[in-house]
Amino acid sequence: MSPAEDGHTPDQRRILLDGILFLVGLILMLQLWLLTGTMEAFLGGDLEILWPAALASLACQALNLGLWRCLDQMEPR
Amino acid sequence: MQDHPPEFPSDKASQDPAALPRIGFPDGRPETDQPGWRRAFPIDWDRDQFVSRRDFTRLMILTGLAFTGAQFGVGLASLRAGRARPEPKALARVEEIPVGETMRFHYPGPRDPILLTRLSAGVFVAYGQLCTHLQCPVVPRPELGRLECPCHNGWFDLAEGRPMAGPPRRPLTRIRLEIRDGVVHATGVEERTA
Ligand code: FES
Repeated sequence: MSPAEDGHTPDQRRILLDGILFLVGLILMLQLWLLTGTMEAFLGGDLEILWPAALASLACQALNLGLWRCLDQMEPR
Repeated sequence: MQDHPPEFPSDKASQDPAALPRIGFPDGRPETDQPGWRRAFPIDWDRDQFVSRRDFTRLMILTGLAFTGAQFGVGLASLRAGRARPEPKALARVEEIPVGETMRFHYPGPRDPILLTRLSAGVFVAYGQLCTHLQCPVVPRPELGRLECPCHNGWFDLAEGRPMAGPPRRPLTRIRLEIRDGVVHATGVEERTA
């Protein structure tokens, strides 16, 4: 998409990108936390938490893929 | 026959600054004010930053996908682990283990070392020997009331198998015991988070 098409100046686009980058980083940290917690629970024999945690991680990933789509619609110039 | 060498579009552009594509330089000044070396290698700073950040964001999203995959992998592994119920196994006769002594066995499989300790006349405890930090074998110190992991100096309390010091955060795997007809039997494995 050209700048005229998406209606953003390069500066605006960079700010949007930084926002997306921040959100993706936050979600990634949440996923890492979920994974380490899940591993701890699994090794400790607490199996009940595993599937809810996996679904939460999947929801995070869906959010991230949505952000990826936004990224794909943004072109550098 | 040709009198002049062919003219390339880039030659034209280099003669006419207005025709140059707009390039963002780090100091924000136009290309004509840039030093020669920077004009020779005109990196578009804005574009470059945008692309590298965008690619980095994509890399993070892919990393998240790997985390989610691992999460489901753990879930599937739990289905397998949840189904396996170890068979009871006779370990030793009561009188074979003096009070305060520890003996080593394998349970539930031949590669799962456990430590059976007789704390008092009628009290036996057994734990998996592998440290919950990084799986080093722990060493019993019944005289001090603890099991010690020599790898990173982790301590577990002998009565409960809970971590007392060092890096381990989870208690040792507890082996369920039963005494039948003067014989100590291992009847199950109990993983614990706290
Ligand atoms: S492996 Fe036991 S303390 Fe690190």
